[in-house]
Amino acid sequence: MGKTIQKEAISVDTAIKLGLLSEEFEKIKEILGRTPNFVEVSIYSAMWSEHCSYKNSITWLKKLPKDGPHMLAKAGEENAGLVDIGDGLGCAFKIESHNHPSAIEPYQGAATGVGGINRDIFTMGARPVAQLNSLRFGNITNEHARWHLRGVVKGIGDYGNAFGIPVLGGEVFFDECYTTNPLVNAMSVGIIDSKKMISATSHGVGNPVFIVGSATGKDGIHGASFASKDISETSMDDLPAVQVGDPFQEKLLLEASLEIADTDAIIGMQDMGAAGIICSTSEMSAKGKHGMKIWLDRVPVRQQNMQAWEILLSESQERMLVVVKKGKEKIVQDIFDKWDLNCVQIGEVTKGNELEFFMNNELVASVPAESLVLGGGAPVYERTYSEPAYFKENKKFRIDSISIPNDLKAVADFLTTHPNIASKKWVTEQYDTMVGTVNMSTNKPADAGIVNLKGLNKALAVTVDCNARYVYADPEEGCAIAVAEAARNITCAGGEPSAITNCLNFGNPYNPEVYWQFVSAIKGMSKACEKFKTPVTGGNVSFYNQSASVGKEGGNVSNAVFPTPTIGMIGIIPDKKYITSLAFKKPGHLIYLLGESVNDISSSEYLYSWHKVKQSPAPYFNLEKEWKVQTALKELIQQGFIVSAHDCSDGGLYITLIESAMPYHLGFSIDIDSDVREDAFLFGEAQSRVVVSVSPEKVDDFLDLIEEKLNIDYYLLGEVVKGDIIIDGKKWHKIAEVKEMYNNALAQYMNE
Amino acid sequence: MKIGVITFPGSNCDKDMIYVWEQLLEQEVVNLWHKSNHLQNCGLVILPGGFSYGDYLRSGAIARFSPIMQQVAGFAAEGGFVLGVCNGFQILCEAGLLPGALLHNSSRKFICKNVFIKPEHTNSLITASLNTSKAYKIPIAHGEGKFYTDQETLKNLNEKKQILFRYCDARGEIGSESNPNGSLQNIAGICNEKKNVFGMMPHPERAADVELGNTDGKEIFQSILDAVAV
Repeated sequence: MGKTIQKEAISVDTAIKLGLLSEEFEKIKEILGRTPNFVEVSIYSAMWSEHCSYKNSITWLKKLPKDGPHMLAKAGEENAGLVDIGDGLGCAFKIESHNHPSAIEPYQGAATGVGGINRDIFTMGARPVAQLNSLRFGNITNEHARWHLRGVVKGIGDYGNAFGIPVLGGEVFFDECYTTNPLVNAMSVGIIDSKKMISATSHGVGNPVFIVGSATGKDGIHGASFASKDISETSMDDLPAVQVGDPFQEKLLLEASLEIADTDAIIGMQDMGAAGIICSTSEMSAKGKHGMKIWLDRVPVRQQNMQAWEILLSESQERMLVVVKKGKEKIVQDIFDKWDLNCVQIGEVTKGNELEFFMNNELVASVPAESLVLGGGAPVYERTYSEPAYFKENKKFRIDSISIPNDLKAVADFLTTHPNIASKKWVTEQYDTMVGTVNMSTNKPADAGIVNLKGLNKALAVTVDCNARYVYADPEEGCAIAVAEAARNITCAGGEPSAITNCLNFGNPYNPEVYWQFVSAIKGMSKACEKFKTPVTGGNVSFYNQSASVGKEGGNVSNAVFPTPTIGMIGIIPDKKYITSLAFKKPGHLIYLLGESVNDISSSEYLYSWHKVKQSPAPYFNLEKEWKVQTALKELIQQGFIVSAHDCSDGGLYITLIESAMPYHLGFSIDIDSDVREDAFLFGEAQSRVVVSVSPEKVDDFLDLIEEKLNIDYYLLGEVVKGDIIIDGKKWHKIAEVKEMYNNALAQYMNE
Repeated sequence: MKIGVITFPGSNCDKDMIYVWEQLLEQEVVNLWHKSNHLQNCGLVILPGGFSYGDYLRSGAIARFSPIMQQVAGFAAEGGFVLGVCNGFQILCEAGLLPGALLHNSSRKFICKNVFIKPEHTNSLITASLNTSKAYKIPIAHGEGKFYTDQETLKNLNEKKQILFRYCDARGEIGSESNPNGSLQNIAGICNEKKNVFGMMPHPERAADVELGNTDGKEIFQSILDAVAV
């Protein structure tokens, strides 16, 4: 078998057409000591794309806190982070974007996003137990946005429902900045016996390398490169870069993968996502410090005459690369036979570091694994950044410039039916939320999704959060708020925050103002994660969420989506008796606000949508105070002093109260704090506030603990009543009317 | 009673079903593989929910050709007890073990939520110890759950008391408002004429664990155990 590369060397122009920079082409020549051929340039263009290499973000990602007392696998070490949750169990979890494919093909884009993130979890040997998703679309009155919403939700539903993992949480947000670039972030959470983790590695000279799962087709070729540019008029031409999902194959692959995880036949396994075979062969080889010889003509294919580079780069879904211990091939083969899946040896582990790809006995590419990967030879860029002018403008906002509306009830009804606030059941009822019989929040809604760990007296709390409007207003504070809100949701549900995964959705990183948003968000995330001792276990960066750049390099920051660093957080509920619902339980229970009432309406839905004031800072937020409120809440919950807890977030206190009242058809009677403006009190989104209800029998204990030990601001709002909403003695509504408005608003926008 | 739960490729409620019968109802349970030719002397064979073979053609249309389905058909013909839930119900209809068909929901969307169902009578194993005036809260999760059949079969189903459950509201009222998927006459579950093969779209196994805050579904399974024990 010849070792000489047979194909002709190619020019820098071809490299640029494949998305590489001319200096990157020079670097490839230096690494190889010769001019690369077409297959090799294709390899580098995929592996050095933003999507795979993180070349424009990694210097900042490294500054995020990565270690915590419970980390079993840190960020970047494996396909997903792994956290010790006790009792010999680990929790593997990760969030990933599928924004670009969803922009042009919402159904398949979203479906394969769900498939990909779940593969990241079960390739480690963990069984997924919960899914979450964070979705952003253009204004719901825009048909293009509704097309995105319909397709994305159906795609997530059809894939996830068949795959059979319940959706336990998520968010849906509408703003015109997402019209061209919707954001589709999918998160999966899995549980594993900590001792059985499968590593994404390859070693042991002579060990066979198998491809398992679906056959390889021409779908998704250059998907990684596609995801690394702005969406433009010509993006529809990239449609073949979108993959097609098959949840049935994924389900079989899940069961087969978990069966082989139980054997001792495996060296390592990695799923094939972005950049397909080339990505898994290079990352596993680089991690295990070995080389690989791969015969591409042995890969099962879906169509005739596929070229070597097409097989290498195909992003066909539902495939895995498995390195098996020599002599144990039959164990693996039998398991895949049982599940009627392909399982074909396509190569073997070699000494050294070289990846050699053969097609019909001809060596078509030969590249060092290390040179392709993040942390190895992939380029790393320091980008310049500068503060955009809008940031200073935002800070000029003064609340006094806004007059208090005469009819506050009209504002309340406006917010109750606002698509960003109203019930998302039009979306969530299309997802199977109960398969797996672990969802403890179906009949007992809480601020976080709660996963039952059957047979143990503990549970897992999961949430995804990011108010991107706050992040746009002030990226550093806004991102710290996203972390704080996630932690607050976990705490309200009775949990203790454990770790986060992030999905960083931004515009074009070559624009210094966009990059400033990115850098500032990282700073905010770092300080909040340090405060809550929640390390970042991994995640994903999605740049280029920006409509076509005209003029200067990197386009204009105003063409970018709101900077959207979605935070996925898990927490542990150490005893099931701590699980706390958001729902009021009984008339006569007292309602308290924990935290400070502030004269603040900045960046609230009220200010933005009712007053149409789009320039204001992030809402009031103080990290220290947030920490104190959460610490106090945890103690109050664990002492058993409170009945319900629900944090104030989008829409403010009024929305929090109706959300607590609706589950059991109760009402509330409250008085407005005369120290703050009525509109700020009811609709302001100042952070670090939680509404709790307390039974009359426990109220003395509750107050004693706060006064004597916890030392936080609190305010008696009023009490739970039968079915009316009463504010300052005036009856605003029956809860049934509010429920009707809140529950049906989204369906009405969808014209159903 | 020994319970057999079949796993088809694409079944995804098999483990939930096994958990409930084994851990919560403390019965002996065997997991039956779709390629198998033995029912291992089970007293009750359950076809669980999921998306057998992906259900790309029509729900249950391929699964009925699985080798084990021949055994299930023979077992049913001899009077053996068979229960299909959700996709299992669809498979039983496709296999001709139950009359009718399950069409796309009227909304053309997948629907997952808690609904209420009311037992029609106590003349079957699965409803024997249920309260016919109670609305049982049981979740549904399906895209194709709209029960449909021709008028004559419908008439027979009613006359021969083969309708097990109808969708209702929390107060037990049966009407179009409480019909989640457009099923004929709010039908949520039926049985065959001999009353040994049962099918229902709602998932009792998802409403069986006290830790999940709803045990109405456990009562349905318990009814089977009580009736068999007598």
